[in-house]
Amino acid sequence: MATTVIPAQPISRPTNYLTNGFTLKSWLLTTDHKRIAILYLISVTLFFFLGGFFAMLIRLELLTPQGDLMHADSYNKVFTAHGMIMVFFFLIPVVPAILGNFLVPLMIGAKDLAFPRINLLSWYLYIVAGGIMIHVLLNGGVDTGWTLYSPFSTQFSNTNVIEAGIAIFIVGFSSIFTGLNFIVTVHRMRAPGLTWSRLPLFIWAQYATSLIMILGTPVIAITTVMLAVERLFHLGIFDPKLGGDPLLFQHLFWFYSHPAVYIMILPSMGVISELITCFSHKRVFGYKIVALSSIAIAVIGFLVWAHHMFVTGISLYAALIFSFITFFVGVPSAIKVFNWTATLYRGSISFATPMLYAFGFIGLFTIGGLTGLFLASLGVDVHVTDTYFVVSHFHYVMVGGVVMGYLGGMHFWWPKISGRMYPEGWAKLSALFVFVGFNLTFFPQFVLGYVGMPRRYWQYPPEFQVLNVLSTAGASVLAVGYLLPMVYFAWSLRYGPIAGPNPWNAAGLEWKTASPPPTFNFDETPVVTWEAYNYDEIEPKLEDGGIR
Amino acid sequence: MSKFLPLWPDRASTIAGQVDALYIYLVLVSAVMTLLIFVAVAVLAIKYRRRPGVLPHPIEGSPILEIGWSVIPFGVMLTFFIWGAVIYFKERTPPTSSTEVYVVAKQWMWKIEHMEGQREINELHVPVGQNVKMVMTSQDVIHSFFIPAFRLKQDVIPGRYTTLWFNATTPGVYHLFCAEYCGTSHSGMIGNVVVMSPQDYSQWMAGGPSAPLPEQGKQLFASLGCSTCHRFDIQGRGPNLQSAFGKPVLLEDGRTVTMDENYVRESILNPTAKIVSGFKPVMPTFQGLVSDEQLNALVAYVKSLAQPASGTLNQAAVAPAGQPQSKQVQ
Repeated sequence: MATTVIPAQPISRPTNYLTNGFTLKSWLLTTDHKRIAILYLISVTLFFFLGGFFAMLIRLELLTPQGDLMHADSYNKVFTAHGMIMVFFFLIPVVPAILGNFLVPLMIGAKDLAFPRINLLSWYLYIVAGGIMIHVLLNGGVDTGWTLYSPFSTQFSNTNVIEAGIAIFIVGFSSIFTGLNFIVTVHRMRAPGLTWSRLPLFIWAQYATSLIMILGTPVIAITTVMLAVERLFHLGIFDPKLGGDPLLFQHLFWFYSHPAVYIMILPSMGVISELITCFSHKRVFGYKIVALSSIAIAVIGFLVWAHHMFVTGISLYAALIFSFITFFVGVPSAIKVFNWTATLYRGSISFATPMLYAFGFIGLFTIGGLTGLFLASLGVDVHVTDTYFVVSHFHYVMVGGVVMGYLGGMHFWWPKISGRMYPEGWAKLSALFVFVGFNLTFFPQFVLGYVGMPRRYWQYPPEFQVLNVLSTAGASVLAVGYLLPMVYFAWSLRYGPIAGPNPWNAAGLEWKTASPPPTFNFDETPVVTWEAYNYDEIEPKLEDGGIR
Repeated sequence: MSKFLPLWPDRASTIAGQVDALYIYLVLVSAVMTLLIFVAVAVLAIKYRRRPGVLPHPIEGSPILEIGWSVIPFGVMLTFFIWGAVIYFKERTPPTSSTEVYVVAKQWMWKIEHMEGQREINELHVPVGQNVKMVMTSQDVIHSFFIPAFRLKQDVIPGRYTTLWFNATTPGVYHLFCAEYCGTSHSGMIGNVVVMSPQDYSQWMAGGPSAPLPEQGKQLFASLGCSTCHRFDIQGRGPNLQSAFGKPVLLEDGRTVTMDENYVRESILNPTAKIVSGFKPVMPTFQGLVSDEQLNALVAYVKSLAQPASGTLNQAAVAPAGQPQSKQVQ
């Protein structure tokens, strides 16, 4: 049989995952989790800048009190596009599908995810859904807001609601498949000796996220189907004129969409745990409690949805219970912040760019979390809900938190992904731009909300203008901060210094293989005999930032 | 208040000061917490910055600290919770001595009807120092009735009534916003709340042309034929509505509900949903036959039947909530 002899790989020229095939087919039909991560990196980045473009349109329109840049309908479509793209096509997939895909197998010493083909399928679902979303935008857009509240969405909107619903339905399956893949992989494919208590906290965070993905996402799928059924066949589910209940839609929508906030933030929290430990060169303070707090957030996060509905007329006692549980979910988040801060104590702290992002995350997430307590307090929520206070709060958590974590992670693992270092000076400058620009954009919005400016307003009374101008100015600084990394990451692909396997002297299995890693990650399966973050056994890299 | 860079809206209701007090407390606690974390991060990061020859010191964790920074913040949060809940209960519980104003929201205007028959659009005139209860519904999509100067907001939902109450403290003109996204002119669905001294208010009210709302309801009650079954003299085919409002109603399926605005409304639009015990489901639906304004008038009329001032005094003996005398016990 075996007459054809397969030539042995020349050991002198090892291939890595990037050089293992250069054709388009080798990328589009790959089952390598690292290549799929790159596919996600490209597509999610495109959607980020598309969503960012719509954000800039919003900020430009709000520069003046009159609606003078675009028509009211266009403005409504613009903020809807911004919301839908950023939530479903950027924030939810960004860390799990890019960094998670790349790192989960590497961090647990596996060759790939448990279901490589399903992994590729989930990227294709993302692309199909994204294509439909873009088709919606090109065909006049949709004007329901990303929240799709009924009966406006089912009986009154004249835009492509069904098609947008289909996009959300499909992209949901993309994240269900990713979650399923991660859960099975973490259970079944850990390297010998890598017990649960030795897992990196990034893996714990991805695991908790995956639980929410597979338990929560089906609910939004069902909800979009119900919405479509009512819109197409006038079956009374949500519209009271047909015998439905409009608040039922909100319950179902937030039953998914509140936990979805934790789908976004938990993976970034996992990233921050990796960054703080590496750049303090120290084991995390309170490993177990930080790991379990991720699970606690995932579980309790399912029990707070009606805090979005305190002014809808839900019963007093329901409001009371949801307010209480909302405070309760604040505890595990606070625990994480305190433990990260305590990890710095007696560490050996480097101020490399990823660490600057970690500091930025702690700052912005603290403000985002604390203002969440304002909204959980019933009496104050009545005044500030549906105003710019809420807008600012969730941007502090979702942009200040998630994007800071993502950018910190991208800088940290860029040498692993590309094999090259990014330019440290430019990176620090852009981190500064992001932090300053972000605060300038969103801090005025807290004040704006308390003063009373409702969200989704195309024109507004003139006394709100100064705060809006500040916000728009901040958004311009922020845009520069987001564009710079695009430029220098691309530059570094060719001109960046060669990184080597472990440029940060970091612990963690992903740093024990080449950069970029070979297709099957490790030449031989690693055997783990150490605890996570065993930094006391590793020399700290002395030069600040650790690059050369 | 600076008009150039405002930090607060005007404070013009009895609840506004209470909301602001809790808000200031939240701002202070948050500022202290934020400062604490910022300073801790900055001090630790600089003090333990990476230096040659200085090795990090491994620390596993500290159960006492973990318990401390879980329990203490939660204790502080409980004060937010309780204080917030107390204010919310006040906001959601209208005093019994409230003047009622009906609101019908539609894309994209606020239609206001006073009990005295005054109607206005995108303007609400109210007197200082009086409890005012807004009874609100929407003709189309969900809206939200938001008066920043009162620190109050309530979603206005099609197919049901929601309520909001306030007691205005300072004469002036304040913003009324729609706070729930409702389509094209969402940001144009705004108006003014005009708070007036009682003298000015009664002067304004005197200019009203039409009949009081319950009076309009009474006429509708007759013209729509309601009065043929809902009789006050003898037991008709429908329950006697005299003095029924606000009292418990025993239903055919054994449940008991309170006869409130939503119950009356539902019974007109969907009469078979909650049949009063002892009656047959013979009433036709008035869905599509009465407008939201007419519904409000009917509700106001039924409500007025339970008020001793407008009703007769010998109604105390009538069985609660229109149950037929023949069937008191279940």
